[in-house]
Amino acid sequence: MALKSWKELPIGCVVSDPGSASEYHTGSWRSQRPIWDNAKCIKCGICYVYCPEGCVQQTEDGFFKADLDYCKGCGICSHECWPRAIKMVEEE
Amino acid sequence: MGKRIGMEVAIAVAEAVGLCDIDMAAVYPITPQSHIAEHLSDLVANGEIDAEFVTVESEHSAMSAVIGASGAGARSFTATSSQGLMLMHELLPIASAMRLPICMAIANRAVSGPLNILNDHTDIMPQRDSGWISLFVENGQEAIDLSIQAFKIAEHKDVMLPVCVNIDGFQLTHMVEPFEMPSKEEVEKFLPPFVPHATLHPAKPVTMGAFAMSDYFTEIMKAKNEALKSSKKVILEVWDEWARLFGRAYKPVETYQAEDADVLMLTMGSMGETAQMAIDQLRAKGIKAGLVKLRLWRPFPLAEIKAVLKNVKKLIVTDRAISFGGPGGPVFSEIKSAMYAEARRPLIYNYIYGLGGRDVAVGEFVGMFDKVLADTKNEAADTYEFWGVRE
Amino acid sequence: MIEVRWHGRGGQGAVTSVELLAVSAIAAGKFAQGFPSFGPERRGAPVAAFTRVADKKINVRSGIYEPDVVLVLDSSLIGLINVTEGLKPDGKLIVNTPKSPEDIRKALDYKGTLALVDGTGIARKEMGVPIANTTMIGALLKVTGIMELDAMKEAIEHRFGRIAQKNLNAMKRAYDEIKIYN
Ligand code: SF4
Ligand code: SF4
Repeated sequence: MALKSWKELPIGCVVSDPGSASEYHTGSWRSQRPIWDNAKCIKCGICYVYCPEGCVQQTEDGFFKADLDYCKGCGICSHECWPRAIKMVEEE
Repeated sequence: MGKRIGMEVAIAVAEAVGLCDIDMAAVYPITPQSHIAEHLSDLVANGEIDAEFVTVESEHSAMSAVIGASGAGARSFTATSSQGLMLMHELLPIASAMRLPICMAIANRAVSGPLNILNDHTDIMPQRDSGWISLFVENGQEAIDLSIQAFKIAEHKDVMLPVCVNIDGFQLTHMVEPFEMPSKEEVEKFLPPFVPHATLHPAKPVTMGAFAMSDYFTEIMKAKNEALKSSKKVILEVWDEWARLFGRAYKPVETYQAEDADVLMLTMGSMGETAQMAIDQLRAKGIKAGLVKLRLWRPFPLAEIKAVLKNVKKLIVTDRAISFGGPGGPVFSEIKSAMYAEARRPLIYNYIYGLGGRDVAVGEFVGMFDKVLADTKNEAADTYEFWGVRE
Repeated sequence: MIEVRWHGRGGQGAVTSVELLAVSAIAAGKFAQGFPSFGPERRGAPVAAFTRVADKKINVRSGIYEPDVVLVLDSSLIGLINVTEGLKPDGKLIVNTPKSPEDIRKALDYKGTLALVDGTGIARKEMGVPIANTTMIGALLKVTGIMELDAMKEAIEHRFGRIAQKNLNAMKRAYDEIKIYN
C-alpha cells in the first residue's frame, strides 16, 4: 500500500474504520508457540485474561487455545498459568 | 453598542464563557485564575448554564478531561495558570494533534521557583511549541471578546485546533474595570453550534490518538504545522465579523503612533496600555516613538510583523520571560529571526522586565526609550538586559 | 483622574469597597479601576487597595505611587506603616477615627488636608458591626465629590441584599458627619 502524503491524512489522524487492528497479523512475529495440556488445566481463565494480544479463546468444552494468526509467542500465558498447563515450544 | 458595566475581569471571563453554550468545563483552581473557576462553577451550580462542571484533582486531569470531552463532541473549556499550565504541558500537544477545539483561559503568572504568584509570561512561553493558537489581551474588554471568539476560531472546520487566551494574572484578572458584555442573543448569533470533525461514540467507533511510527510521523507534524499556519485566515475572518457586529476591531499586530516612528517598542499583554502613555509623553517631547502590540503569538504573524517593522530604525522588544542561557527573551528571538532575511531591518534591543509581578510604571517605559536613543554607537543592539535589576 | 489608596487589614473589606466604588462609578458613566494590592490574602495583615476614577478611558495599569487621596480604614495602622507615603502635596488624608485632628497630625507629622470621621462608631450604631468599609465610602465621596451618594445604591443593594439599607444609612451618616480640616 502506498504511503499517504501529509495532505491526504484525515484531520487529527482519526482512524475511522473500527477494528482495523485485526488486519495486523502479529502471528508472524512468533518464534515459540503455546501448547495447552488440558489434563493439567483447571479452567481458571488466567491465560485468557493475561494474553496481551487478546488471542486466547475459550473452546466449547471450556478449555483454552490461542488464535495463531495473532499469537505472537510472548509466553505470558505460559508464565502466568500456575498449574503449568501451557508449554512454549520452538516453531519449526 | 452594549451598556458599559464594571466587573472584575476574571468574573467577566467566566460570564463570557457562560454565554458560549459550553457543554463541559474541567477547571482546577489556582491563583490568580481561581475566580474564573469559582464563578464558572457557580453558574453551573445555579443552573444558569447547562453544562457539566467536572471537578478534578489536578490540572493534568483537567486537561485530560477536556480532551476526552472534546473528543466526544462536547464544547469544552478549561482555565489555568503557572504551575497548573506546566502540569498540563504534557497533554497540550496531544490536544492539538488530535485537533480538538478546546478553549482555555490562562491567567498568566510566574513559574516557580522561587514560588511567586504574580504576573509575567514565564508560564505560556514553554508552551509555545505545543500547537495551540495563542492570543494575548491587554484589557478586560479584550479578555471577554477573545474568550468568546476563541470558540468560533477553534471550532471552524478549517481550523479544529485548541486556543488559549492569555490574560495577565492580577493586573487584569483582579481588576474591576469597565467593558461591554455581549448579550446572550448576540453570542448565539455569532457562535454556531459545534460540529466536531469526528466523535468518540459507541455507535460509530473511531480511534483517536493512534500510534504512528517514522513512516508517518513527519507527515503528521507537517499537517499539524500547516493547520496552525492556515488558521490565521480564519482568525482574521472572525475578527472582521466581530468588528462588524460589535464595533471592536482586532488585528494580529496592533500599532500606536507607529507609522512615522523612528523607534518602536513591542509589548504583549497588559503592559501595552501603560507603554502607550509613555509614547504620548515622548511624542509631547518631539520624539518619534511608537508602539507595536503583538496579539497573535501562534500562529506567528510573520508578514504583519515585517510590514510594521520595515521602516523603523530601532526596535525595543520587551519580554516578560527569558530563555535561560539562550539568546534573550523568547519574543526577541522570534522577532529577530523574522527580520533576519529582510533587506531593511531595525536594530533590535531587548529588555526583560515585569518578572514575577514587578511593576513597571510609565516613566520606566520612557526610560527604556531614552536608553536606546542614547545608544548612538548601537553598542547595545542585539543584546538583552534585565530592566531595573539591582546590581 | 483621581487616584485613591486605601489602607486596612485583611478582612476589613477594603477590597470590597474599591470594587463597589468602581462598579458604581462605571454605572454612573465614569471610567474606573478598582484593584487590591496583588498577592496572597491574609486576614489581619495590613493591606492596601486602590481606586482610579476618571472621565475618560484609563490606560495606566501600573500601581498607584502618588495618590490624590489616602483613606485609612483602620487607624491602628498609623505608626505601623507610612500611610502618607507618596501622597500628593495637595492631596487629602481621610482617617476612620474618633480622635482629634491634632492627635492625628501629631502622630503622622502631617500638615495637609485632613478629614476625620468615626466610621467604626457609626457602623456599630447603624449596622451593629464594627466594620466600616462601606461607611467610609460615604466619607470618601464627601471629600472627593467623585459622584453622588445615590450612585452607590444599586451596587450596595446587589451586594448586601437585606442589609443593604443599613449600609446605605451608615454611608450617609459618614457623608454628613465627616469633618474636613485644611
Ligand atoms: S491459565 Fe492454565 S489452568 Fe488456567 S485456564 Fe489457562 S491453561 Fe488452564
Ligand atoms: S504466547 Fe503470548 S500471544 Fe500467544 S497466546 Fe500466549 S500470551 Fe497470547
